[in-house]
Amino acid sequence: MLAKAIAIGVGAFGPGIGIGLIGAKAMEAIGRNPEAAGKILVPMLLIAAFAEAIAIYALVIAFSIK
Amino acid sequence: MSQVAEQTNNPASQEIIHESTLYAEPIGHIGGFSITNSFATSLVAFVIITILSLLIYRKIKRIPTGIQNAFEMIIEGFLDLFDSVTGSRKISLKFAPLVLTFFFFILINNWMGLLPGVGSIGQVVSSGGEKFFIPYLRGATADLNTTLALATIGVVISHILGVMSVGAWNYLNKFINFKALLEIPKKVFKDPTILIINPIKIFVGFIEIISELAKVASLSFRLFGNVFAGEVLLASMSALLAFGLPIPFLFLEVLVGLIQALIFAMLILTYLTINTTAEEH
Repeated sequence: MLAKAIAIGVGAFGPGIGIGLIGAKAMEAIGRNPEAAGKILVPMLLIAAFAEAIAIYALVIAFSIK
Repeated sequence: MSQVAEQTNNPASQEIIHESTLYAEPIGHIGGFSITNSFATSLVAFVIITILSLLIYRKIKRIPTGIQNAFEMIIEGFLDLFDSVTGSRKISLKFAPLVLTFFFFILINNWMGLLPGVGSIGQVVSSGGEKFFIPYLRGATADLNTTLALATIGVVISHILGVMSVGAWNYLNKFINFKALLEIPKKVFKDPTILIINPIKIFVGFIEIISELAKVASLSFRLFGNVFAGEVLLASMSALLAFGLPIPFLFLEVLVGLIQALIFAMLILTYLTINTTAEEH
């Protein structure tokens, strides 16, 4: 039980920071150039999904631990 | 998350276990081949896609109306998106059928898991003294087999197309750089450092072989994890409070299904593009 909790808890740490950084840089870019918001949105979502995938790996491991 | 069956001597008062399992449960057999609920759902998605495409195909006119209009808009949007990866409309048009097939198949399978009948209509099966609830239909991408198959197909096709477009010798050189080996005797007098550098260059491509396996693993686990976690999340929220609470999570799942299908398709397109362009120096 504890192993499951630790697996997902520690595993979500990195991606959380990663997605926060992606969002921060995207916000900065939009602040500099509000017209480019549409162009920045799609790559941002794409990269956020990549970062989230790492957390999903940890979640799958948490599910498979008995 | 799982409702533990009460260990009583009276089997009539046993609780039925409604847990989402990592693997798909079989609902029937043909000979030795067991048909699982995910497989049944992917067959339903296949039928939906086929019927939809045949309907639109029958009614194609020069001046688009109705559904054809909507789909033309969608495909135009997609081709623009693909252009940002491949760099040319011609190449996008070549890869679009394959990549859009992946996209629509994964999208419909992801969204099937949210429909009302899927996951809730089923039968109770007792095995090992406990009763389990097995739904007849379940989202196909919530099963690791489906996503692994899709990822393997995508990566293998990118290699095959790479060999077909660049030539087997060039393609092999991306991994084991024989050209570097052959260049040594030609250039050793002009540039003696080549004697040291090129042997290293030969092995630089080896790691790429391992990264191909990593690609398959990451593609399949990303899709599987997102959809399966969404399933479990919805089940937990419904168990908490079945009225009203699952609504924002259903919206989240719709969005996640769309984004994950898009990402899978874009990644396959990226791998295809990288493998079919000749290596520049």
